[in-house]
Amino acid sequence: MTKLPSIGQPVSRLEGRQKVTGSAKYAGEYNVSDLLYGYVVNSTITKGKITAIDTSAVKALKGVEAIFTHENRPSTAWFDLQYADMDAPPGTVFKPLHDNKIKFNGQPIALVVAQDFETARYAATLIKFEYEEEAFITGLVTNLDKAHEPKKGLATMLKPPPPPPVGDFEKAYSCAPVKVAAQYTHATEHHNPLEMYASTVVYEGKGKLTIYDKTQGTINSQLFVANVFGLHYKDVRVLSPFVGGGFGSGLRPQYQLFMAVMASLELKHNVRVTLDRSQMFTFGHRPQTVQNLRFAADAEGNVTAMNHSGIGETSSYEDYAEILTSWSHMLYPAKNTLFEYDLVSLDLPTPIDMRAPGGVSGMHAIECMMDELAYELKMDPLELRLKNYSETDPSTGKPYTSKALKQCYLEAAEKFGWDKRNPQPGSMQRGNKLVGYGMATGIWDAYQFPARVQVILTKEGKLILHNATTDIGTGTMTVMTQVAADEIGLPLEDITFDYGDSKKPFSMFQGGSAITSSTGVAIVAVVKELKKKIIKKAKGIKGSPFSDIKDEDIIFKDGAIALRSNPELALSFKDIMTLIKETELKAKKMAGPDVLKLKNYSKATHSASFVEVEVDKELGTITVTRAVTAVAAGRIINPKTARSQVLGSMIWGISKALHEETILDENLGKYMNANLGEYHIPVHADIHDLDVIFADEKDELINELGIKGVGEIGLVAIPAAIANAIYHATGKRINSLPIHFDALL
Amino acid sequence: METNTTHTTSLRVNGADYRLDVLPWVSLLDALREKLNLTGTKKGCDHGQCGACTVLADGKRVLSCLTLAVMKDGSEITTIEGIAQNEQLHPLQKAFIEHDAFQCGYCTPGQICSGIGMLKEGRAHTREEVAELMSGNLCRCGASKGIIDALMEVKEGGGYE
Ligand code: FES
Ligand code: FES
Repeated sequence: MTKLPSIGQPVSRLEGRQKVTGSAKYAGEYNVSDLLYGYVVNSTITKGKITAIDTSAVKALKGVEAIFTHENRPSTAWFDLQYADMDAPPGTVFKPLHDNKIKFNGQPIALVVAQDFETARYAATLIKFEYEEEAFITGLVTNLDKAHEPKKGLATMLKPPPPPPVGDFEKAYSCAPVKVAAQYTHATEHHNPLEMYASTVVYEGKGKLTIYDKTQGTINSQLFVANVFGLHYKDVRVLSPFVGGGFGSGLRPQYQLFMAVMASLELKHNVRVTLDRSQMFTFGHRPQTVQNLRFAADAEGNVTAMNHSGIGETSSYEDYAEILTSWSHMLYPAKNTLFEYDLVSLDLPTPIDMRAPGGVSGMHAIECMMDELAYELKMDPLELRLKNYSETDPSTGKPYTSKALKQCYLEAAEKFGWDKRNPQPGSMQRGNKLVGYGMATGIWDAYQFPARVQVILTKEGKLILHNATTDIGTGTMTVMTQVAADEIGLPLEDITFDYGDSKKPFSMFQGGSAITSSTGVAIVAVVKELKKKIIKKAKGIKGSPFSDIKDEDIIFKDGAIALRSNPELALSFKDIMTLIKETELKAKKMAGPDVLKLKNYSKATHSASFVEVEVDKELGTITVTRAVTAVAAGRIINPKTARSQVLGSMIWGISKALHEETILDENLGKYMNANLGEYHIPVHADIHDLDVIFADEKDELINELGIKGVGEIGLVAIPAAIANAIYHATGKRINSLPIHFDALL
Repeated sequence: METNTTHTTSLRVNGADYRLDVLPWVSLLDALREKLNLTGTKKGCDHGQCGACTVLADGKRVLSCLTLAVMKDGSEITTIEGIAQNEQLHPLQKAFIEHDAFQCGYCTPGQICSGIGMLKEGRAHTREEVAELMSGNLCRCGASKGIIDALMEVKEGGGYE
C-alpha cells in the first residue's frame, strides 16, 4: 500500500501493467462485431477543382460497401460555426468532402468502405480523379511579401497578439554601444504521434453513436460530431481511454472522425477509419517561421532594446496564430521594445499547435540572440542572463506568482559544470571532435482551464472520480489519483480516476500543459465538498462521537474520519456508509482559476538548459553528448512521471534542433518525406546523457495545489542551447533549424 | 485482383493453435490485430519504419507489418500478450514500469518484444550497443532513457530468458 502524502512521491504509472502487457486499447483497436473498414483517398494536386470521378473499377470489387465523395456525401451541417471545434482559429473551417475545391495537397477527397481493411485500401487506389489545377503557393520564405496581420477571433483570447511597442526601439537601437541582429528560420514539423489517427464508430441505432476516437479532447470531438451531423449531444459518446500520443495534433477533431461517423450513420453500421502514416502529414503541423531579431545593450550588459518580428504560415482558410514574438519581454527588462507578428496564407492545411507552439520557435531565436549579445559584450552567456534577471514581468510590470528561474540557472550550471567552459569558440576538443557548451532559458505559460469533477464514495469506503479528460501519456490518471488520495486520506489503491469519456463532467482538451492544474484543482474542490457531506452524515448517526465536534477538529486519515486531538477516535468511511445505510455519497463541482486574484500577477513556468555537443571535425556530424535541464513549475506531484515529461521534451528539443523537418517541394506544393523513414526523429542511439532538475518553487498564488504543468517547458530552451553549443564548438552561427552536418562543412 | 483466394495458415500464437483462412496480402500484423483480436501488437507505420509491430517469430524479433501471415505458416509467434506468464510479469515488463520506460505506451509492446529478442541475440554488450540495436524501435514520446535503463537492468540482472 502506498503511503500518504502521495504528492511528491515517484509513483509508477497506475496503468503501467496494461501498457506493458498489451491490454491497453487504443481507438482503432475496438474490434466490435460487423465492423466495416474505411480508407481515405487524398488529393494528389495542391490547388484547383475535381472535375470528374471514375469509380467503376471499385464498384466491381467484391467486399466494397460504399464510396463517399463530395458528389454523393450525405448532407451535413451547412454553417461553418457548426464545424468549429474548441480550438478552431479565426476563419472558415475545413469541411471534408464539402465541395469539389482542393485547398491543399493530401486533402481528403473520398472514403471507401469495405468489409475488410485490405479491400478498402486496395479500392482506394482504383478511384480515378480528374482535376483542373490552379496556381498555388506553399513556401513561406519565398512569399514573405504577402504577410498580413492575423485575423482576430475566439482563439485570440488564448493567443493574444504581441504587446504594443514600449519606448523608442529604433532610436535606442541606433545609439546603443553594443548590438546584434540576425534572422532565424524554422522548418515545418509534423507531430507524428506513434499511434495513427483512428475512430471506431459503434452504430447504436436511433441516431446514437459510441465512438472510440483518438483525440486530446473527448468533449471537443463529441460536440463536433453532434453539431456537424445534427445529433443530440447526449446521443454521442466519445471514449478515449488510451491515446498513443498527441503533442497537439489531437486538439482538433481530425478528418478520420468525420469520415467514420458519416459512413456509420449512412450505412447504419459499425465503421472504423484509420489513417496511414502518409496521411498523418495531411492535417496540421508546426508552421514554418521566419524571425528577425535585433537586440542592444549598454556597455555594462543591460539589455536596452529588443525587436522581435516574426512571420508564420497559415492556410488559405483559417488564420492560425502562435505566440511567437512576445516572450523576450517576459524575461528581460529592456526599456525599448518592438514586437510584431504576421502570417502568410499558403495552400497547405492549417497548422495546429505542436508541443510548446510558438514558445519553442520564438525562444530559440531569442536565446540565440542573447548568446550573440553575450559574445559581443565579451560576457559569459549565463552572466548576461543573471545581469538582466527580473523578478517581475517587465512586459506587464506585474509580479510573477512565483519565479525560481535563478535557481534553475544556478543548479543546472553547477550540475553541468558550466564553470569549466572556455568561452573561446573552437577551444575545447576531444580527440577529433570539437566540443561546445551552450545554454539557454525557457519560459512557458501556466494555464488553468475550468473543469468539473464528480466524486463518489462507495459503500466499501472507496473513492471514484469522474472527469472527461484524456491521458495522452502525460501520467494524468496517476497524478489525479495522487491528488485525490492526499485530499481524502485514502491509499491510491482505493481510488479510481475514471476519465477519457465525454459522458463525464467537463474538461477542456488536453493541451498547453494545463490539465494537471485544471482537473487537479477541481478534484481538490469536489473532494472538499464530499468531506463536508461525510462529516455531516457522520454527525447525524445516532450516538455519533462526532456530533458535538466542530468540523475543523475532524481530520481525514486512513480511510476514516478522526478527532484531531485524539486520532484514535475514528470512524471508517465503510462504517459510516453502513451506519447511514446509503450505497454512495456524491458530490460534483466546477472549479477554475481565481481570475480576480490572478489578474494582478503574471504566471509562467521557467527552465534553463545546458548542453554539450561534439562536432566531428571532418564530417560535421553533431552529437548532443550531455544535457541538463532545470525546471521551475511549482509543486511537482509525481517526480517520476514529471521527469519523463521533461526528458521527453528534451528529446523533442534535440529533434527540433538537429533532426526533424518536413521537406516541402514548392514546385509540387507537397511534403516529400511523409513517412517515418525519411522524417527523422531521434532513435535511442541518438540519446545520451540527459538530466532533469526540478527547482524548489513554492507558489501559494497560482492555485490551491501550487502547480503549473510540465508538458512543454522542458522543450523550450533546448534548441537554442544546442545552437549556442554548436557555435561554441565551431565558431559558426547556424540560425536555421534543423541544423544538419552539411551546414558545418 | 486475381489473387483473391484464401490460404489456410497455421499459426501457434502465445501457445495457442490457430488455423486462419487469409488472403495472401494480409500482413501478420493485421492478422494478429484484426483476425485474432491480439491488438497489443501496434501499427505505427505499416512500412517497417517504426518497430511498433515487433513480435517474436520462432524466438526472433520480426516486424509483423513486413511479414505476410502466409509466410509464417507453421511458426510459433509470441506477441506482447504472451510475454507475461500467468499473471507473472516478465522482468523486462516490470523494469519498464519501474523505470517509467513509456508515456503513451504505444511503442511499448514493440520495445519489449524487440528488447527480449535483442537480449537473446547476445550481440549487445554495452549501453551504447543496446541503444544501437534497439534503434529500430522509435518512441515519439521520448522515453529512450527509461527504455535503455530498463533493458540494462534486465541485461545485467540476467533475467531475460
Ligand atoms: S508498423 Fe511495422 S515497423 Fe512500423
Ligand atoms: S511511449 Fe509513446 S511512443 Fe513510446
